[in-house]
Amino acid sequence: MSIHDKVNVSVSRRHFLIGASLTGAGLIIGLQPSPSSAAAGDLEPNPFIRIPADGKITLIMPSVEMGQGIYTSVAMLLAEELEVTLDQVVLEHAPADPTRYANPLLGDQITGGSLAIRAVYEQMRKAGASARMVLVNAAARGWGVAPDTCTAEAGQVVHAASGRRAAYGSLIQAAASETVPQEVPLKPASSFKVIGQSIRRLDSPEKVNGTAKFGIDARPEGVSYAAIAICPHFDGKLRSVADKPAMAVKGVKQVVRIEDAVAVVADNTGAARKGLAALAIEWDPGPSGDLSLAELEKRAEDAIGGKALPHINEGDVTKAEAENGPVHEFVYRMPILTHSAMEPMNCTLHVRNDSCDVWVGTQVAGRARQAVADVTGLPLEKVVVHNHLLGGGFGRRLDVDGVILAAKIAKQVDGPVKVTWSREEDIRHDCYRYLNYSKITATLGPDGMPVSWRHRVIGPAVMARWLPAFTRDGIDLDIMGGAESSYAIPNKYTEFVRHEAPGGMLTGNWRGVGATRNIFPIEGGIDELAHAAKVDPLEYRRRLLQHKPRLLGALDLAAEKAGWSNALPQGKGRGIALSEDFGSFAAMISEVSVGEDGKLKIDRIVCAVDCGQVVNPDTVDAQIVSGIVYGLSAALYGRITVQNGAVVESNFDDSPVLRIHETPKVEVYIVPSSEAPGGIGEVGTPGVAPSLFNAIFVATGKRLRSLPIDQNDFRRV
Amino acid sequence: MSHNLLINGSDYAVDVDDDIPLLWVLRDTIGLTGTKFGCGIAMCGACTVHVDGVPMRSCVMPVGDAVGKRVTTIEAVGDTAEGARIQKAWLDIDVVQCGYCQSGQIMSATALLAANPSPTDDDIDAVMAGNICRCGTYPRIRAAIKLAAKAG
Repeated sequence: MSIHDKVNVSVSRRHFLIGASLTGAGLIIGLQPSPSSAAAGDLEPNPFIRIPADGKITLIMPSVEMGQGIYTSVAMLLAEELEVTLDQVVLEHAPADPTRYANPLLGDQITGGSLAIRAVYEQMRKAGASARMVLVNAAARGWGVAPDTCTAEAGQVVHAASGRRAAYGSLIQAAASETVPQEVPLKPASSFKVIGQSIRRLDSPEKVNGTAKFGIDARPEGVSYAAIAICPHFDGKLRSVADKPAMAVKGVKQVVRIEDAVAVVADNTGAARKGLAALAIEWDPGPSGDLSLAELEKRAEDAIGGKALPHINEGDVTKAEAENGPVHEFVYRMPILTHSAMEPMNCTLHVRNDSCDVWVGTQVAGRARQAVADVTGLPLEKVVVHNHLLGGGFGRRLDVDGVILAAKIAKQVDGPVKVTWSREEDIRHDCYRYLNYSKITATLGPDGMPVSWRHRVIGPAVMARWLPAFTRDGIDLDIMGGAESSYAIPNKYTEFVRHEAPGGMLTGNWRGVGATRNIFPIEGGIDELAHAAKVDPLEYRRRLLQHKPRLLGALDLAAEKAGWSNALPQGKGRGIALSEDFGSFAAMISEVSVGEDGKLKIDRIVCAVDCGQVVNPDTVDAQIVSGIVYGLSAALYGRITVQNGAVVESNFDDSPVLRIHETPKVEVYIVPSSEAPGGIGEVGTPGVAPSLFNAIFVATGKRLRSLPIDQNDFRRV
Repeated sequence: MSHNLLINGSDYAVDVDDDIPLLWVLRDTIGLTGTKFGCGIAMCGACTVHVDGVPMRSCVMPVGDAVGKRVTTIEAVGDTAEGARIQKAWLDIDVVQCGYCQSGQIMSATALLAANPSPTDDDIDAVMAGNICRCGTYPRIRAAIKLAAKAG
């Protein structure tokens, strides 16, 4: 169980706010081309639904859309109970307002942790159902009939006995004075018409014809464009820069200095970039100016033996180790990673004396708003955040460093200014997934099965900074997510060694969060034990998972689809990795070949997933594939290096990511389930590296324990 | 200096240095934001446009080089037979996720289809390897290109 499973679900739900006007509404996606605002008289039965007299019903999206398909899924949940068809709605980004749009499981307006559907599955259906009931009651009252003789379908209330019908829009005035029902019964799954169907994404058309608006596409009237250079050194500062070379460039208007960055403002981004390139900027490298990756890795290595905080203690590991030896010990090492979302960091602001508008795509709209209020000194209510579609999140847009930086620049600029990071800045100033090491110590009983399991996790406590509620007694519960493993081992001990990045190097959340940190060493480790015990790795896991029927179900399905029992020729191998997190259960089997030349080829990856009740099966398929490709990119290429206290890599040439010709065949199978829906956006990522490592071991006899994989170094041992 | 550009069938006069990349003229000066910035060094393909029908990375193409040529962006690629087929296939397969790279993917795929009506997997790899997608829509991109080819 991870932290995500332990979060308190007690958050106030305000389903029934009739008439409250929404302010600061963001861009609409869907068929309406322009931003909307609530017209007087619109029915707003809750913060998620707005019904006008005529036209489309607006559904307000509490989570942000960054590719994971949540806008479509949330719309499906609302539509199912509201009884509207998806071509009768438009979608709108929620404004920054955690009081109305907080994720109920996180207590803040955050989209992350694969928690959206898990958090709102019931909330959205109740929002839809209560709005429908109000409309039905209003129609029934007007017709003088009992509400239970009326039904709702496709945006109309129907009284079948008399053949009368009323469109929702015609009922909004009458509905505004209806009492909101206290009891909101929901449909049983057997009556679902929308949920469980593969519905096409509602955001596809505009993403296919180029009209979709991401944060980087904001163009408020009179906007200027800024390019920035951020001090390359962690904890470094701007020493000096002369404006003149930039100001000589046509279109450049201004050079802005802040403590650790320089921005050139121009009438287009190209001129701003040209002006910036012309500057000779002197940086003060600061206290970390001589740091190298070798030094950072040495510090992490030393931390393996550092002071650890106990996390989970079951049985008596020390005693079991003494009684059972020999002790198997493995250290798994994970490198520094970037997010490298396709949309580089950007933020557009218009800072005025008494107010500020912010145009950005963020996973944390409320925090973005607060950050701008802090930088500008404006009251919170004077800051309006216009959230946008996100050109990838992966955890990068859970931080607001880019918003803060842009606000500091915008304070010095007359009129709105769009600050766009170059790819180089984006890679060199990420909120990195920092070095993460795991030491696993295990002993086996006479039958070869593990008797003790000790897992020491070495890495940063991101939650201490980012969400302190997810810490306990100094332990980051996210980095420890799943560290105890799903396997039935009588004596277990997990512990955390806090090991932070150097000052000035921001570290943060990365797709798959705790699971990507811990499934890698656990699934590598359990595989090593299976081979040490000379037991088939599938059978070994099965024996240890008799208490986990859902994980076992996923494993059996994946094994069947992967043809686990069919022998492979020499030079090929299959490897398993299981993960249980985000309320979902996944089994991944990778199949690889290694040629005589020692080159690795990934033949296919099979993933079976039990994510409970599925809202949109096509989204599950897309997200598992997505998570696998993201994980594969990191497994093959992900590694940031450091020299002179600065990140060395700068763009897709020296920090490559997976491309189409390298993408293996990926097969996704869903285990039918009526359990509560689990998350899906991050479920595909954790199993990739360990299933590959385990497959490579079978193919080559070579046991890898460090990422990334050197693809050209697999001559058989 | 002023440049006369022909973009999506319309004439534009823009007053920028002739070494400013076409990308920024499209996005900032003219307001055609469908073409995306991804890397600035022609490594990701997000900025792909057609210049006289040939796919070009607009992030490294000086605006001066586009003078006298026909520039087509994602906003108008659907006016071509191949572009329309590709866009329809993208919807039928539901390719997109975050969508940020998809303008460039569609521009590259359209150019591929125009030059090669029935591309093999290797043909698709050769052309589409220049376009990065961080959401991992690659398998659906491949399927959509094949679907569009079949529809031709």
